[in-house]
Amino acid sequence: MSDMTSPPKQSFKFSMLLYDSRYRGITIQIFVLVMVLGSLGWLAGNAATNLAALGKPLRFDFLGDTASYDISQRLIDYKSTDSHGRAVLVGLLNTLLVAFMGCVAATILGVIGGVLRLSNNWLVSRLVAVYVEIFRNIPVLLWIFVCMFTITAIAPQPRDFRGDNATASMLLNDSVAVTNRGIYLPEPLFSRPLGDLNLGIFNMSIELLVLLVVLFGGVYAARWNNARANRIQVETGDRPDTTWANVAIIVVPLLAALLAMGFHIGKPELKGFNFKGGVNMSAPLIGLWLGLTLYTTTYIIEAVRSGIQSVSKGQSEAAFALGLRPGRTMSLVILPQALRVIIPQLISQYLNLTKNSSLAVAIGYMDLVSTLGGITLNQTGREMEAILMLMAIYLTISLLISAGMNWYNTRVKLVER
Amino acid sequence: MSDVAVERQIDRSKMQVSKEVAIEIVNMNKWYGQFHVLRDINLTVHKGERIVIAGPSGSGKSTMIRCINRLEEHQQGSIIVDGTELTSDLKNIDKIRSEVGMCFQHFNLFPHLTILENCTLAPIWVRKVPKKEAEETAMHFLEKVKIPDQANKFPGQLSGGQQQRVAIARSLCMKPRIMLFDEPTSALDPEMIKEVLDTMIELAEEGMTMLCVTHEMGFARQVANRVIFMDQGQIVEQNEPEEFFNNPKSERTKLFLSQILGH
Ligand SMILES: Nc1ncnc2c1ncn2[C@@H]1O[C@H](COP(=O)(O)OP(=O)(O)OP(=O)(O)O)[C@@H](O)[C@H]1O
Ligand SMILES: [Mg+2]
Repeated sequence: MSDMTSPPKQSFKFSMLLYDSRYRGITIQIFVLVMVLGSLGWLAGNAATNLAALGKPLRFDFLGDTASYDISQRLIDYKSTDSHGRAVLVGLLNTLLVAFMGCVAATILGVIGGVLRLSNNWLVSRLVAVYVEIFRNIPVLLWIFVCMFTITAIAPQPRDFRGDNATASMLLNDSVAVTNRGIYLPEPLFSRPLGDLNLGIFNMSIELLVLLVVLFGGVYAARWNNARANRIQVETGDRPDTTWANVAIIVVPLLAALLAMGFHIGKPELKGFNFKGGVNMSAPLIGLWLGLTLYTTTYIIEAVRSGIQSVSKGQSEAAFALGLRPGRTMSLVILPQALRVIIPQLISQYLNLTKNSSLAVAIGYMDLVSTLGGITLNQTGREMEAILMLMAIYLTISLLISAGMNWYNTRVKLVER
Repeated sequence: MSDVAVERQIDRSKMQVSKEVAIEIVNMNKWYGQFHVLRDINLTVHKGERIVIAGPSGSGKSTMIRCINRLEEHQQGSIIVDGTELTSDLKNIDKIRSEVGMCFQHFNLFPHLTILENCTLAPIWVRKVPKKEAEETAMHFLEKVKIPDQANKFPGQLSGGQQQRVAIARSLCMKPRIMLFDEPTSALDPEMIKEVLDTMIELAEEGMTMLCVTHEMGFARQVANRVIFMDQGQIVEQNEPEEFFNNPKSERTKLFLSQILGH
């Protein structure tokens, strides 16, 4: 390998832009890009002049006007005298809330279902198959209706909880109330509160902040402990059992912090016509969450199943022949390879679920579409601006989700190759 | 079939067949649903034996050796490996699998792990060997199969012959007493066949008990002490290589040999 040679230099001619395979692709791409940008610019310019002629130039100052409508399910403070902008923010957070809850639940159920779908137990795998076929072949909107109406029709009214001859009673030691208006859960309270931190658009409770810091500190310490155990395993072959030490490292400081701040649980109580106190998950939120979850789970089950099946049978046979048990074979050999197939499908299911959450508008859950594209749009008459904003926001959320998942995917890929 | 293994002088000093029984198969039968794949298989393998199993496609060769480490379940008769009977008892299965190594036609290396990790996975998780020691053992066997310099590559970056040698090294890392080979060279080009066969010959020279399904008749002649011919799920004939090739008894064997050697 002593004499290195370099490829011969070629002179460049303009005709090569069209007839040389190396440049032709680039030429075509530039041409297409110019055409697309040109037409978009032309469309936008046209729309702007037409809107201006209608007396509705593209302006976003309506977001500062008073919203004057109520939103019952919300993550941050909001009252009807706040601006449309804040109402939109509440809606956006509600969209993110239900999307997040849905993705988490669907992933957990989907992985379990996917493994069960391939189980040797005939009945179990059939049941999962039937579930998948029923739920994914009916539009998700209908499932959302079904879940919503199940709650409103079957669950008792708040007034049924009242009086000596109440027909309904609260669950779990009088701390959870399931009503047709939603579920009321106990809330964390602190008798030695630390107050709120004003972050501009919303307040963050300092107690929560403290707990998060303590929790992350504990997790970090536990990871350090695991690394230590790994080192010992490499050196001696025996891995010290870290389970209990890690539990203690994480739980003890957390308990200490809770005690110090006087943590106690506030139970929801029936006052007047409804429950007060506690955390409220409104019926539309639960209905939407359940509907989206049950529907999306079916696709994740299929993704997990196809991922596991994409790994050739020879892989598990080789692992068995080496003496590995089925559980270890699944976690060390099959799943790491299956992830390559599963993750891209997971990304698209997360995106679908997030976009499908806009069906909230059908059952009155105040998400982004119900606020910005619903009441705000109707009150202000700003269709163009509202729709453009909606599109931009959904696009941003989707791109962020895929960017995050792609980052995870490349990380998994790098680990395995 | 190619006779690539013939060029080499073989050291038979350690190829001793002992009286000790390594595998004992008695009246074993197996069905796939209604299909009777293996009929009344009786086979005793002594320690140090090198057995080549031949036969037409679909005759049940793979199924038989896969029964020995329970990749397939037999329904009748008994299989005793190194004194342990194969039943549904998980303990017995674990024990036998950790004593019996196996190489497959398509290598079946784990593509998401490096060559070294492929070799250390089972020792670490099954035998609970310290990682460092497992890596040393792995390097020892990778040197033996002549690819220590590839240790940190991934299987996809190796040639077929190299991959099969890694697969052999991976099995050896579990220190097996018996090795099963299911057509280890039939997915390879002639040149690579030679490197894999050489590795297997070295293994035989060290006294390993081997059962090998193969169509490499040169290898059978030189290394095997017994050739078994199977057809339609039965052992039709078994004999020493010389006798088997020069003096086949059954018509079926003659036909098979004329097909496989006749061109
Ligand atoms: N999982 C299975 N289910 C049903 N039938 C099977 C299964 N595996 C193998 N068979 C059948 O059992 C018979 C024996 O198969 P086996 O793979 O043992 O043959 P073989 O002698 O190894 O053939 P080859 O030389 O092609 O590898 C064949 O007829 C095959 O079709
Ligand atoms: Mg076969």
